[in-house]
Amino acid sequence: MSKIHVSTEINGDQVEFLCETDETLLDVLRDQLGLTGAKEGCGTGDCGACSVTVDGRLVCSCLVLGAEVEGSAVTTIEGMADGDALHPLQRHLLEGAALQCGICTPGVLVAAKALLDKNPDPSEEELRYWLAGNLCRCTGYDKIIRSVMTAAAEMRGEKS
Amino acid sequence: MNVKRKFKVLGTRPVRPDGVEKVTGKALFGADTYATGMLHARILRSPHAHARIVSIDTSAAEALAGVKAVITSADFGEVDSEMTRDTMHNCMANGVALYDGHAVAAVAAISKSVAAAALKLIKVEYETLPHVTDVDAAMQPDAPVLHANRQHRSVVAGTPGNVVYYCDFGHGDVDAGFAAADKVIERTFKTAATHQGYIEPHACLANVGSDGKADLWCSTQGHYNVRLICAEIMGMDESQLRVTASEIGGGFGGKTTVFIEPVALALSRKAGKPVKLVMSRDEVFRASGPTMSASMDIKIGMNADGKITAGHAKLRYQGGAFPYQMVMMGAMSAFATYDLEHVRAEGWDVMTNRPKMISYRAPGAPMAVYAVESVIGELAAEFDLDPIDVRILNASREGTKSSYGPTFKAIGLVESLEAAKAHPHYSAPLGANQGRGVSCGFWFNFGGQVSVSMAINADGTVNLIEGNPDIGGSRASISMMAAEELGIPYEKIKTIIGDTASVGFSDVTDGSRVTFAVGIATINAAKAAKAEMCKRAAKTWGIDVDAVEWIDGAVHPTGHNAGEFPPLSLAEIAANSGRTGGPIAGHHEGAPDKAGVSFGVHLVDTEVDPETGFTTVKRYTVFQDVGKAIHPSYVEGQMQGGAVQGIGWALNEEYIYGEDGRLQNAGFLDYRIPVASDLPMIDTVIIEVPNPGHPFGVRGCGETAIVPPLAAVGAAVCAAAGVRLFELPMSPPKIMAAIDAKK
Amino acid sequence: MVEVVIWGSLRRYTDDQSSVSVTGNTTKAVLDSLAKTYPGLAPIIEQGVSVAIDGEVFKDAWFTPISDNSEVVLMPLMVGG
Repeated sequence: MSKIHVSTEINGDQVEFLCETDETLLDVLRDQLGLTGAKEGCGTGDCGACSVTVDGRLVCSCLVLGAEVEGSAVTTIEGMADGDALHPLQRHLLEGAALQCGICTPGVLVAAKALLDKNPDPSEEELRYWLAGNLCRCTGYDKIIRSVMTAAAEMRGEKS
Repeated sequence: MNVKRKFKVLGTRPVRPDGVEKVTGKALFGADTYATGMLHARILRSPHAHARIVSIDTSAAEALAGVKAVITSADFGEVDSEMTRDTMHNCMANGVALYDGHAVAAVAAISKSVAAAALKLIKVEYETLPHVTDVDAAMQPDAPVLHANRQHRSVVAGTPGNVVYYCDFGHGDVDAGFAAADKVIERTFKTAATHQGYIEPHACLANVGSDGKADLWCSTQGHYNVRLICAEIMGMDESQLRVTASEIGGGFGGKTTVFIEPVALALSRKAGKPVKLVMSRDEVFRASGPTMSASMDIKIGMNADGKITAGHAKLRYQGGAFPYQMVMMGAMSAFATYDLEHVRAEGWDVMTNRPKMISYRAPGAPMAVYAVESVIGELAAEFDLDPIDVRILNASREGTKSSYGPTFKAIGLVESLEAAKAHPHYSAPLGANQGRGVSCGFWFNFGGQVSVSMAINADGTVNLIEGNPDIGGSRASISMMAAEELGIPYEKIKTIIGDTASVGFSDVTDGSRVTFAVGIATINAAKAAKAEMCKRAAKTWGIDVDAVEWIDGAVHPTGHNAGEFPPLSLAEIAANSGRTGGPIAGHHEGAPDKAGVSFGVHLVDTEVDPETGFTTVKRYTVFQDVGKAIHPSYVEGQMQGGAVQGIGWALNEEYIYGEDGRLQNAGFLDYRIPVASDLPMIDTVIIEVPNPGHPFGVRGCGETAIVPPLAAVGAAVCAAAGVRLFELPMSPPKIMAAIDAKK
Repeated sequence: MVEVVIWGSLRRYTDDQSSVSVTGNTTKAVLDSLAKTYPGLAPIIEQGVSVAIDGEVFKDAWFTPISDNSEVVLMPLMVGG
């Protein structure tokens, strides 16, 4: 079976890869491109650990084929910090102790950023429903929700 | 011990040392490593609940291009220890597939797709056998027995063969206690099996050389335990198998054994190449450790003033396809929160055609305490007594002879109950269709073996190596304790988890033991390093080592008689270490005991929709005695996370088996763990009654919080819906049935 | 002599006594005397037990001192999550 050639943009860089027809974007990112920040928690789109954005849209990369991102712009957790400066979401999750094991953290961060890009001032309820697709088994979500709300306030220029 | 000691570092909330890697996606978990020439492995699993494996034909799979190794149980040798043999046979079925999902063969191939194709070419002929998945059915004399002659000697002769362990704890005369009660209530409860539900599936990378040496990278709560089991299965010396614990994406007890590591090692040995093996979520549910399901009879007598006169629990736990001993912890926990004159708890561990259970956070305790607390709540309501007052009246306190034997030292249950009663949550008004529930909970907490090695660097910084995987921020708490003891800033310390070749043996990360036990080893390692630094300073000053002392991060002369010397700080002593005798280090290997038990109290408000039976958790507050909170944020995190796992257990989560004995909901869509939109904030109140067995007063804190939610949510749902339920999870159909029955 | 409390399901090996008196001034010595005096307990002790001494639980710790007036409770080995 011949592979498919794909040209795409990942975290601002032009990238080319060959993938099998049934190979997921998640597998391409992890196994071929060394971007292991997106995790496979379920492979069925239920846990959100593999969250990335494709052309600004939040997706589970385990449900997207590698071949589908031809000509698209993909962002992953690896593209979130600006050099050595953490994104406010990253900083606040860290300072707010919003991670215990940390396996869900990349997905939570990508998903939260996707929300704030569209809605910089979500209510707690809006945030909880948005992040309902990102399972966390450690924290009970409390500190995640608080940290994202604090980061959002800071990003809006409000004093904490 | 000085409980009034003022701490500089303990109790602060610094950023964890592994944090930046985890928020940037750089942290390497079990599936995140790759080796040159690596193969991908897959496991073929039984579709039957119970079946004899007549034959396995692997020839077509072996012939497929790109397949480098295929293994079955024939590729594993004999092992002496019964426990390890069971573990090996759980990793790869030996002649009989004992549950839906039991591994029967495995392949390693050059790609995931070739491995998947090869699985389909393996032909297994099964002869199906009668199966049993329910605990009460499995205890019947005519139930199919999973393994003959495996009953522990504790089991009374004549008991059906699936009962593998029996225990009986308590004191006094429960019949006399019941006879003296104003009211006795006896209830039967059932709770479903739940899965630990860690988001990271089991994953490992094995590399066995032709010289018999091997490296294994895996996601585990205890890499020394992995080494122990795998070395025995592989017939290797422990020294030749180096196991490195990856970052671990959740465990909650589920990663305290092995499920795939021996398979990856065997494939790697056969193929002569590194082999990566990662479970799918379906496999995690079908073939890695859920906890026990339970069927329980609880009988409690109470007087009209709320005093409990006697309690008797009979616990029947279902633990899957191999012998195990876990009900004892349920039996010991069931009444541990109460000071009772007459108490008895009996337990039976039972095998069924389900995956073998493994620990899940406070293993065995949540279901037993759920049943007991539910009856106590019912009795309190019967006498129209305040449920917290009843619990304070009967609460275990210092000097109570516990239901499992020992007399409690200083404990914080009454303090937790009083804090709950005084909290605004307890007096807040409730809305329509809402109800409030309260429950106590208990967990033992453990000590166990630990090794810590600490190097004082010439620039005044410290590297610390410990042997316990960090599952929830323990590198931060260990660094903080080292900083406190050495009197240097937290930021100067880096703590890492060593592999099995780099630091001494350490028991599994379980039993809420790490901050307690590794903490003690860290303090002792720091003391050893300080003693060495005292020697170096004394030598530098030309005075006797007895004439110096360590105060607040520096060596001082003990007084004028010792001579007038300005103190030498850790950094100053470290800077000259090369000239005063070489590198300075401290280490400690030990097995600290005296881990203090811990108690918690949970308050919850729920709202039940009378039209649908759907439950919403409106408000939740956790009160827990943690002894001393080293890093309060992570202590709160343990309390919140445990509470939410318990909420899931109470409301949603269950293993559902069909008549065919197959698991019907092996995925996160149908096995629904709580999601962000299901929950309110989880408020926390940390109670600190110092553990007299720890220099800083630390108690374990990780497990207790999963114990109270089941009964607390249960009571809140019953109050909200105006019904009584005796079965978990309280899913909407069950609640609707109870509401309809009442009409 | 040290008084050792035996949990219920083991009492069939101690002639139905809920506590028994044995000699020994360490955990190991007490466990050895228990196993010798009540051979039915030997396999249980061999498998591994904890011993609570004055309310503190010790796991497989042979050399922990025990005095004649200590409260000593035999307990199973436990695991956690």
